[in-house]
Amino acid sequence: MKKMMLGNEAAARGLYEAGCAVVSSYPGTPSTEITEYAAKYDEIYCEWAPNEKVATEVAFGASLAGARSACCMKHVGLNVAADPLFTLSYTGVNGGMVICVADDPGMHSSQNEQDSRHYAAAAKVPMLEPSDSVEAKEFIKIAFDLSERFDTPVLFRTCTRIAHCQCAVEMEERVEHPAKEYVKNPQKFIMAPANAIRRHPLVEKRTEALREYAETSPLNRCETVPSSKLGIITSGTCYEYVKEVFGDTVSVLKLGVVNPLPVKLIRDFAAKCERVVVIEELDPVIEEHCKVIGVEVEGKNLFPMVGEFSQALIAKALGLPDKEYVAAPENLPVRPPVMCAGCPHRGLFYVLAKNKYTVLGDIGCYTLGSAAPLGAIDSVLCMGASVSGIHGFNKALGEKSENKTVCVIGDSTFMHSGMTGLANVAYNGTNSTVIILDNSITGMTGHQQNPTTGYNIKGDPATKIDLEALCHALGINRVRVVDPYDIKATEAAVKEETAVPEPSVIISRRPCALLKYVRHRGPIKVDTDKCRTCRACMRIGCPAISIKDGKAAIDATLCTGCGVCSQLCAFGAIGGEN
Amino acid sequence: MKDINIMIVGVGGQGSLLASKLLGKIFAENGYDVKVSEVHGMSQRGGSVVTYVRCGDKVYSPIVAKGEADFIVSFEKLEAARYTECLKKGGRIVVNSQQIDPMPVITGAAEYPENVLDELREKGVSVDEIDALSLALEAGSAKCVNIVLMGRLSDYFDFSEKQWLDAIEDTVAPKFVEMNKKAFALGRG
Repeated sequence: MKKMMLGNEAAARGLYEAGCAVVSSYPGTPSTEITEYAAKYDEIYCEWAPNEKVATEVAFGASLAGARSACCMKHVGLNVAADPLFTLSYTGVNGGMVICVADDPGMHSSQNEQDSRHYAAAAKVPMLEPSDSVEAKEFIKIAFDLSERFDTPVLFRTCTRIAHCQCAVEMEERVEHPAKEYVKNPQKFIMAPANAIRRHPLVEKRTEALREYAETSPLNRCETVPSSKLGIITSGTCYEYVKEVFGDTVSVLKLGVVNPLPVKLIRDFAAKCERVVVIEELDPVIEEHCKVIGVEVEGKNLFPMVGEFSQALIAKALGLPDKEYVAAPENLPVRPPVMCAGCPHRGLFYVLAKNKYTVLGDIGCYTLGSAAPLGAIDSVLCMGASVSGIHGFNKALGEKSENKTVCVIGDSTFMHSGMTGLANVAYNGTNSTVIILDNSITGMTGHQQNPTTGYNIKGDPATKIDLEALCHALGINRVRVVDPYDIKATEAAVKEETAVPEPSVIISRRPCALLKYVRHRGPIKVDTDKCRTCRACMRIGCPAISIKDGKAAIDATLCTGCGVCSQLCAFGAIGGEN
Repeated sequence: MKDINIMIVGVGGQGSLLASKLLGKIFAENGYDVKVSEVHGMSQRGGSVVTYVRCGDKVYSPIVAKGEADFIVSFEKLEAARYTECLKKGGRIVVNSQQIDPMPVITGAAEYPENVLDELREKGVSVDEIDALSLALEAGSAKCVNIVLMGRLSDYFDFSEKQWLDAIEDTVAPKFVEMNKKAFALGRG
């Protein structure tokens, strides 16, 4: 039976059909739905781990025990998981292990557009790259076989246009792979120097064996057109763009194994073409390999290193004419994403902006606090960097910054990698004020549970980590909770905690307004007779509030009744409920 | 089989993913090879969103590029204008006449282009404008704007009304099926 599936759903189906038993992941766009779909199969144990390093190590443990296992993450998550990855390359596996990583060319929802293929080369593990949902399912299954055959974790790389594109996929049955026997093997699994020294040469030998595999693997496919002078080497979603432009009129070498890259296959392909062009998004990984093995190719001289490609971009770069089109009207206002109406972060960011605090930010919905008109954030780097960063900022400036600088981090991000930074604040001592934005969910990625929510991935009750107790245990004596819908209380808390000469934590606690269980008070009304158009209510950047006919107006379809705007109105014009 | 490229554009949260799912389903059931491309995450928070639905004998690219769309279904006026250059010569824009101010307009940093659809018409673009919000409210909820627009789009294809209604039944949550069927009927000419 065929079913329309996102690449992520197809990958999850692949995990199911491959007999995968354990999946541990941290959510991150565009990888999140792999684990969400996998969790729908009772045969696979799935979990949200606190971060990608933990997830990868959980998958390692399951593999060590003999089960087929996987972990899923976005490209920057692989940075966090890099530590286990590089040594997993040495230990190899017992049960097959697959690491799914989703890149985000064009940065639809990311802070950078790093190319994960470098990790495969650097860690010396194989990487497979599908070009649509059909291949996503198939390649996952092949990845498990390769993992067991070559005794290595296998990286499975997708990107946004594969992860979030649906096409019809044929579903097959699950093939059970009962856990292999666990046999203690210190020489293989204890990576102390004496053992690691013996493992490294095996890794190099394995790479050569994998390269041999890549030479003849059906995943690397020559579509030779004898009459074509042009040959294109490509992989992943770029293959689809190439076929869209050229159909079956040019020779194409489609690479499904993107590490290690074949040598003979590429040389033989190139020998049959007058001109060879490598088409790959982001970095020139395949192109540089071709140049190293002495194959003359074009690539980044024609194509950009940045952003997503499309069939139009490829056609243009290869000299084909643009399709006819009508230019869009000029100077259209942009429509950036905004914090939702009723977002509990808004009240807090209003307080921080009003008092002109320097704010070190973090990764999550609350990054939107940086946008106009709030403009309340000074820096955003990576998961957890706000807490570590404020310590460094305050060490550099001391008393000059301590009482006017805060950092903000979400509940999930705090569990991911804010805790260690907070331990450092306490241990090495700065009078930093850390604000945990506890909206009781992992928001930006679409509402995943985390260790502070009290529920697991299936929605069943789970141990709920007590953030207050955790912060106390990490050495912070001053921990207080505020409701960010209460502007006065929030402002008082921030002023007091930044003033005290010791580290402190403020937990700004209010569940995400989009959570189904959250009951809203209903839309707030404006008394236009009282409104003096002072625009105080416009300072919070609420998408429900605008000025209509010279007076403040609230869109009743968007307003949740959070009441933050009514607290800003000096004339009592906002507040009466419908 | 003729290739058909449809773009669904609007404001994050307006239900474009459901509409694209419905379209993907109905074309697939009628023997087309279909690809539907979405973007999740950051852009869902009230930003400009775009979804591509591509159908034909064999579809490769998941996206619709400049000059390729047969239809742009826009849930909001400004968004229709934003993606105009993706429209194929002779293509058509089906647009909800609703205006949703983006944040730069709300804060006064930019102005909403009031006559933006007329501007498109002057450029020779076929614009099929419909007050989908009012019809959605008539059906029972502003959330049905997406299905009202699918109703209007359905006029341009030969699939039977029953096929569309069956697809709606398979796509939306059971308790919203009747409301969405009503919304579809109101949008369909």
